[in-house]
Amino acid sequence: MDKPYGLLAELTYACPLQCAYCSNPLELDAYRDELSTEEWQRVFTEAAELGVLQLHLSGGEPLQRHDIVDLVQCATDLGLYTNLITSGLGLSTRRAEQLREAGLDHVQLSIQADERDLSDKIAGTISFERKQVAARLVKQLGWPLTLNVVLHRENIDRIGGILDMAVAMEADRIELANTQYAGWAGHNRDELLPSRDQLERAEAVVREARERLGDKMEIIYVIPDYYSKYPKPCMDGWASRQFTVVPNGEALPCPAAHELARALDIPPANVREHPLEWIWEEAPLFQQYRGDAWMPDPCRSCDRKEIDFGGCRCQAFALTGDAARTDPVCHLSPDHGLVEAAVEAANDPMRPQDGSLTPRSKVIRTKKRATAATQERMARTPVPLSPTVLKGKA
Amino acid sequence: MRLTSLMQITDEDARPRLAPHVRLAFNAARGEYALLSPETVWVINATGAAIVELCDAQRTVAEISAELRGRYDQVAENDVRSFVALLVTKHGMEVHHG
Ligand code: SF4
Ligand code: SF4
Repeated sequence: MDKPYGLLAELTYACPLQCAYCSNPLELDAYRDELSTEEWQRVFTEAAELGVLQLHLSGGEPLQRHDIVDLVQCATDLGLYTNLITSGLGLSTRRAEQLREAGLDHVQLSIQADERDLSDKIAGTISFERKQVAARLVKQLGWPLTLNVVLHRENIDRIGGILDMAVAMEADRIELANTQYAGWAGHNRDELLPSRDQLERAEAVVREARERLGDKMEIIYVIPDYYSKYPKPCMDGWASRQFTVVPNGEALPCPAAHELARALDIPPANVREHPLEWIWEEAPLFQQYRGDAWMPDPCRSCDRKEIDFGGCRCQAFALTGDAARTDPVCHLSPDHGLVEAAVEAANDPMRPQDGSLTPRSKVIRTKKRATAATQERMARTPVPLSPTVLKGKA
Repeated sequence: MRLTSLMQITDEDARPRLAPHVRLAFNAARGEYALLSPETVWVINATGAAIVELCDAQRTVAEISAELRGRYDQVAENDVRSFVALLVTKHGMEVHHG
């Protein structure tokens, strides 16, 4: 068993936005008992000892944590590469300077659209202007700027405008990732899934932009797995390279495994009760789908099982109720009809125009540190955690 | 072949440096060098790390090769160039020409 390279720390599920594509779990209330500053610092220390190199600070909105600067400082002291995944709300000039000072390596700013009205509508909150300000601040302070855009039926036709906006913001990198249907996004899937025509147009725009922009801006485009023949190599395999710790201290092999973990008849792996090393090496939840012993056919006898690991366990669970099945996205899966039906509905010319998206619901923080106990909401972009590990050539 | 096309990306006069979002680290728990970026970990060996340390946007690929040959026996003529070229295609490095 290898040591993990990456830790995704979902510090809080509080968020000022309420994106319908959020991959946070539906049952947000179950995660309100957040780890304290000291507990997170212990988690980071144990993670570094375990071999973790990259720390992604996410949520919800990680800037909702008043101790974010202290947490970054701790990670810097441990030598971790720190990546803040933020909506930009809460990134005041002062906060940004403190984070820079504390050694934060990188900021990923989520973008909903290139137009104010659409952006604010998707976010469920007035936020477009503040994101522009946040982008400028990131550049001014000398950080590289990466924009994260979750693509779906409502914004994918704006991809050209979004790329122009990214160039105007002087973004170094932009990630255009089609929605993964986990959490709220899973709930809203039928409204979010784009049509085949939309995808083809988007891909043509991306190809053209890559040629035109060359090295000026790196464009990462993640295709939707619903339209692929094979599933994604989810997480490079269950509990193989990275893991997630959610606000209440539960450790998950995948950032979308909340519901799956609850449905299994095994105890949760909580950092409040166990050292990380034990969790990574021994926790039943982490062992459950590690390797290939759990695989059913068609994966068991398939050549591609070392390539895609049978796809996403969370997707198998969400669609079939059984996490140990082949990812239904795979055309060889006996459950593939579930995905085909959704794709067919998304391409139905008689499809009703404006269905309704359910915005991610509010989380009200009850912990002492959230003094302005406001009605906070949560949103986040799916986290692009998939390190490719390249052995050095020289 | 892939390597041939990669070779065209950098030449001996190119002055490489890490992309702004990439950082070199040595991890004690693993005893390994790695290049870290938001989505990627590139594990590299000590020679790779020595190359990266010399990629300061001042030295050319030719100068880096010469410097390393002074230190190590087995640095082949094209090692530095192909290492840099590979990282450039993966957006881990930037090169300035001339
Ligand atoms: S299976 Fe993997 S990709 Fe899919 S939701 Fe779970 S962790 Fe994410
Ligand atoms: S059958 Fe399983 S291993 Fe084979 S391609 Fe499909 S998901 Fe991957």
